[in-house]
Amino acid sequence: MSAAVSDAWRPVRRLLAEPLGALGIALVLLVIGGAVLADWLSVYEPSRISPRDRFQGPSWTHLLGTDQLGRDLFSRVLHGGRIALSVALFSTAASLAIGVVLGLIAGYGPRWLDNLMLLLFDSIKSFPTVMLALALVTLFGPSLTAVVVVVVLVNVPGYARIIRTQTLALKESEFVTAAQSMGAGTARVLRVHIMPNVIGPLLILASMDIPVVIAIEAGMSFLGLGVRPPTPSWGAILNDGFTAIRDTPWIVIAGGLPIILTTLGFTFLGETLRDVFDPRLKGRG
Amino acid sequence: MTVLAIRGLNVSFATEGGDLHALRDVAFDVPARRIVGIVGESGCGKSTLINAILGLLADNGRITGGQIVFEGQDLTRADAAQMRALRGPRISTVFQDPMGALNPVLSVGRQMRNIQYRSSLGRAARDARSAEMLQKVRIPDPEAALSRYPHEFSGGMKQRIAIAMALMMEPALLIADEPTTALDATLEVATIELLRDLQDQIGCSVLFISHHLGVIAELCDDVVVMYAGEVVERGTVRQVFRTPRHPYTARLLECDPARQSGRTRHLPVIPGDLPDLRNRPGGCIFAARCDRRGEACAAPQTEREPAPGHRARCILAEAT
Amino acid sequence: MTPLLDVRDLQVAFRTGPMLARRDVLGVAGVSFRLHPGETFALVGESGSGKTTLARAINGLQPISAGSVHFDGQRIDRLGRAAMKPLRKVMSMMFQDPVGSLSPRMTVRDLVTEPFRIHGVRAELAAETTRLLALVGLNDSFADRFAHQLSGGQARRVGVARAIALNPRLVIADEPTAGLDVSVQGEVLNLLNDLRERLGLSMVIITHNLHVVHHVADRMAVMYLGRFVETGQTDAVFRAPAHPYTAALLSANPEPDPDKARERIALPAEVPSLLARPAGCEFHTRCPWAQARCRTEAPEMRPHGDRHLACHFPLAPGARPPERDIPT
Repeated sequence: MSAAVSDAWRPVRRLLAEPLGALGIALVLLVIGGAVLADWLSVYEPSRISPRDRFQGPSWTHLLGTDQLGRDLFSRVLHGGRIALSVALFSTAASLAIGVVLGLIAGYGPRWLDNLMLLLFDSIKSFPTVMLALALVTLFGPSLTAVVVVVVLVNVPGYARIIRTQTLALKESEFVTAAQSMGAGTARVLRVHIMPNVIGPLLILASMDIPVVIAIEAGMSFLGLGVRPPTPSWGAILNDGFTAIRDTPWIVIAGGLPIILTTLGFTFLGETLRDVFDPRLKGRG
Repeated sequence: MTVLAIRGLNVSFATEGGDLHALRDVAFDVPARRIVGIVGESGCGKSTLINAILGLLADNGRITGGQIVFEGQDLTRADAAQMRALRGPRISTVFQDPMGALNPVLSVGRQMRNIQYRSSLGRAARDARSAEMLQKVRIPDPEAALSRYPHEFSGGMKQRIAIAMALMMEPALLIADEPTTALDATLEVATIELLRDLQDQIGCSVLFISHHLGVIAELCDDVVVMYAGEVVERGTVRQVFRTPRHPYTARLLECDPARQSGRTRHLPVIPGDLPDLRNRPGGCIFAARCDRRGEACAAPQTEREPAPGHRARCILAEAT
Repeated sequence: MTPLLDVRDLQVAFRTGPMLARRDVLGVAGVSFRLHPGETFALVGESGSGKTTLARAINGLQPISAGSVHFDGQRIDRLGRAAMKPLRKVMSMMFQDPVGSLSPRMTVRDLVTEPFRIHGVRAELAAETTRLLALVGLNDSFADRFAHQLSGGQARRVGVARAIALNPRLVIADEPTAGLDVSVQGEVLNLLNDLRERLGLSMVIITHNLHVVHHVADRMAVMYLGRFVETGQTDAVFRAPAHPYTAALLSANPEPDPDKARERIALPAEVPSLLARPAGCEFHTRCPWAQARCRTEAPEMRPHGDRHLACHFPLAPGARPPERDIPT
C-alpha cells in the first residue's frame, strides 16, 4: 500500500525538485490564495468610491495606493484575481470539455464527419482573436460571457485537433478492437478505452494556456470589451492607470504586476508538468 | 586470432528503484571468421550487451568494470569520436527491423553511395560496387534497384539490402540482432544461407543474437547462453546443444517446440520468473528456478570447464 | 450434429489503389470449413495469407463480401451490431499482442471484469476476478496491476481470462504465443489445452508457427494468399505434408540440433502481391516442384486420402525438393 502512496506523490516530488516548478507552484498558490481569501484580506470594499482618497500612493493604509476614484487598489487587485482566475478556469474547463468531445467524434466517427469538423476548426482558427472578440462584443455587449465565449472559440479547435489525432491513432489499436470484439458500444469504447489515454497531454497543454486566457481577459477588459465597471479586473485597473501613468505610476504597477506574476507562475508550472509527465511534448505549445 | 574479446564486463543502470545490475561478469570471445550466437530470453541482457559493445548505452547506463577488446583496442576507454569511426566501417549492425537502417526518403543507391564516403572511388565506381553487393544478396536487377526507394521492396528484400549495406565496407565484425525474427519462416532460410555465404566471402566475424535455437544451431559455430545478465554457458554449438552442462540451457532446449516430435498435452516449461536485477541473488543466478539446485548453489558460482572450450557457470559442470 | 461454426465460401475484399483506379483485392478468396463442438481448428499461414482477416470476418469485425458464416445454425454475417452483441458473449476473441490488446489505463481487475459490465451480467465482480485469475494461474495480487506492469506471459494470461470470462462456447485466438519466450509459450499452450478440456471450449487458433498447432489443434488448414491449400487432421498433416507449401513451412522450424541433417526446404522468390495473383497454381512461383501444368491450370481443393488438398502433384511422404538452380 505504501508503494501506491509514494507512486501518487512521485510527480509532485519531481515537480518540486525542479527550481522553476517550485517557483511556479509558489506563485500559483500565492495568486489562488489571494483570490480565495480576497474578502478576508482586503479591508476595503473594492468598488467603494472615496473621492477624498483619490490618487494616493502606496502606504500602510492603502498597500498599493488608490485610483482616480479613491478605490483601494490592493482590494481591487485581490478581487480582480478572482475574476481572472474564475474566467480562466471556467473557460479552460469549458474549452476542454467541448474540445475533447468534438475531438473524439471527429477521430472516431465516419470520414466525412471528420473532414467537415476539420474544416470548421480551421475556419475558426483562421479568424484573428481580436476580430472575433469585437464581433462577439457587438453581438452580446461587453461582458464576462463575451470573454468566456471568445476564449472557448479560440481554444477549442486546437484541443479538438490534438484529441482527434490521438483518437485516430488509437482507433486501430488492438485493445480497442478487443473491446469491440467483446461487444462494447461506441460510447463505452470512447469513454473507457480512448479518452483516458488521450487526455493526459491535453491537460498539460491546457494548464499552459491558462496564462494566455488571463491575458485575453485582461486585454479585453483593458479595451472595455470585457467586464464592465465597476467590477474589478486587472485589465480594467491597467486601463484606469494608463491615463494617469505619468503622475501615478503605481496604478499601472498594481494592475500589471499580478498579470505578470500569474502568467509566469502558470507558465513555469505548465512547462515543468509537461517535462515531468510527457517529455515528448518538449518545445510544443 | 580474436576479433572481439569481452572480459568481466559489468553494466549498471541508475533507476529510481536503485542500481540495476544489467550485466555481471560477462566474458566470451568472438574469434576471427567465426559466427558466435547469443541465446537468451527477454531480460537476459542481449540488447545491453550490444549497446555496450557499440558504445551506445543509454544515458543512465554505465560500464562499471571489465573490458571490450576489439582488434586490440579497449572500447570501454574509447571516446565518442573513436567509436563513431569504428561503427559502420569496422563494426556494422543488422537489426530486426530493416527500416531502422534504411532511410525512407533516399533511394537505395544514394544510401549505399553514402556509406562509401570514405572510399576513394568515383561515383560510377561506387554505384558499381553497390550493385555488386545487391547482386550478392540476390536482389533481382541490382542496377535498377539502386534507383528505387526502400518502400518498393518487400520485407525480406529490405532485410537483404540492410545486410548488403552492413557488409559493404567489409567490417571485421557484424552484429546481427534478431535479423530474421520479423521475417516469415520460409524467408528465414534464405536469409540465413545468405548470411553464411557472405560471411565466408568477406571473412568477417559475426555476433548473431537470436532467441530461435534452431537458427543458432544451423548458422553458428559457437554459442553463448545468457540468463539474467550473466553468461551461464558457452562453447561450440555442438558442445552446448548436444551436451548442455547448465540446467538453464538444458531446460531451454527442452522447451523448444521443435524438440517435441510427437503430440503432447503438456509442454515443458521453466516455472518461475527472472530475479530482480536491482537486488541480485548472491549465489547462482538461476538457483531459484533450478530443479537441480543444492546447498552449494547459494554461494557465488565460477565458470567450470567440463571440456576444452566448453564452460558453464554451474557446480554440476565439474569435469568428470 | 450441427457444427458450431460453419464457414462457407467466405470472401473478404478490400478496396485499394488510387482514386480513379480503385479496385477490389481479395484478402480472403473463398474459404470453407466447419468446426464441431469441443474441437480445435488451426489456421496456419504466413504474413499476407489472410488468416487474421478470416478470423476477424468470422467474429464480425470485418465485413465479408461473399459467402456466409453460421454460428450454431444461425447465420451471423449479416447481423448488425445490436443483433451481434448477445453472440459476443458466447464467441470471444484473443488478439496477437499480449500487452497491446489490454487497455493501458485499466487495472487487471477492470480488464477481466469488463465483459460482465459490457453485457450487464450481474455477478459478484470481486469473486469473479479471483475465480478467473485463478483459472489462468495468476494470484489475486495481480488484480491491481496495469498492463505495462505485466510480463508478456502474464499479460497473455489476463487476455485468456477475459476471453473465457462469460463462459463462451467458441474462442478465436490470434497468434496466442506471439511475442512470448520459448519457455513461456509452453505455459500458454498448456493453459489453453487445460481450459479447453475443463470448460469444453471450441477453439479456432490462428498462427504462423506450426509447432503451436501440433500440440493444441485437432484439425488444421494451411492458408496461402487467402485460400486453403491443405486441410486435414493435424497428426496426419504433420506426419506427411502433401502440399509443397506445408512441407516448406514444416521444415522451416528446425530442431536445435547441430548434427541433424539440414532438411529445410528453401523457397525461391518472395510471396506474390495480392494485387498480382499468379496464374495457374498461385504457389507455383515459389514451389520447388512446380511443373508446366502448375503455371497455367489452377488446382481445385479436392479430397486426397485423409485430407483435402489443392495441388496437381501431391508430395509423397518424405519427398525432397528436386535439385535445381535457385532463380533470382
